[in-house]
Amino acid sequence: MTRNEKLSIKIQTSLGVLFFMMVLALTSSPLLAGIDLYEFSNEDNEVRYKTLIRELRCPKCQNQDIADSNSPISSDMRREVHRLLEEGQDNSSIVGFMVDRFGEFVHYKPQVKPATYLLWYGPWLLLILGVVVICIIAGRRASKKNKQRLGVIAPYDSGDKKKRDNDSKSDVLDQHEQVEQLLSRFKDD
Amino acid sequence: MNKRLVFLTPLVIALGLGLILYTAIGKDPTKLETARLNDPIPAFNLKSLTDKSQAFTEKDFTGKVSLLNVWATWCPSCRVEHSYLNTLAEQGVRIIGLNYKDERDAALTWLKKLGNPYEFVIYDPHGKLGFDLGVYGAPETYVVDQYGIVRYRHVGVVDDKVWSKTIKPLVAKYSVLIPKS
Repeated sequence: MTRNEKLSIKIQTSLGVLFFMMVLALTSSPLLAGIDLYEFSNEDNEVRYKTLIRELRCPKCQNQDIADSNSPISSDMRREVHRLLEEGQDNSSIVGFMVDRFGEFVHYKPQVKPATYLLWYGPWLLLILGVVVICIIAGRRASKKNKQRLGVIAPYDSGDKKKRDNDSKSDVLDQHEQVEQLLSRFKDD
Repeated sequence: MNKRLVFLTPLVIALGLGLILYTAIGKDPTKLETARLNDPIPAFNLKSLTDKSQAFTEKDFTGKVSLLNVWATWCPSCRVEHSYLNTLAEQGVRIIGLNYKDERDAALTWLKKLGNPYEFVIYDPHGKLGFDLGVYGAPETYVVDQYGIVRYRHVGVVDDKVWSKTIKPLVAKYSVLIPKS
């Protein structure tokens, strides 16, 4: 064996090792986890598959959709979604199939029914309530401002002045009474 | 009057929210509703674990109240509850096993080593019946009445507390022969 031949064998083996390591790195990459290879009879099915696996929630790992999850149950569910799609079932019956088995929980978009009214309409109710509260507060402020403005424009309005005089008079009277009450209590003691 | 209303509104909202949230305290969010509750066991036809030539269907559940126990050798909690299942079987409780996504040889070795509490074991290597039942993790134990209708599901280990507090009363309740409505 010549030196050149030895060298080429060395290069070949190291290339082989490199290739092997690349394959290993690619296949063990977490990016590939949870990806299955499915063939679809048409493009529409593939699009629907992608939407459906985003809409279904993994029962085991509760905050992941089945597209995201590596758990065995999610992979089973993806397989079933694929099978039902290829059987020609529509989206609602596929979701119904899952709900029949795993309950309403598996659907990220729960049905509108009495038990979920609060979930669907609660936020709107709170929004309306908030708007109403803001309107009331704003309305009150506006009327207060209007009153103040009226007071400035017509400070010598006799009726208004009389009322204010009366108010301050009664305040003074109140204070007077309080002082007398206190004094009488001291006397008793 | 109006001022009082303004002060009361947050109080009422806080109390209402508190009440709603209070009801959820202590609830385990990983426990899901049982979709199959009060439904018959889904139709199936699966081989026996112990005898390859024998097959079971949903009809094999009828006649007597049974516990359907979903187990596998890869499931550590199943090992924990196994000895308790043996005790229950000794007391005469009918337990049917569903060997879920497992290997036959491993499962048979397990039964030989730890004892066999099951009247029969359904072998479900692909989790087909498990999927139809809505099994999302082993162990799970179902109470199935004499007509083959699912009456309860317990997710997790069955121990003395679970048995005497929840499962035993249910078994007693459905053991009373009532004509099918």
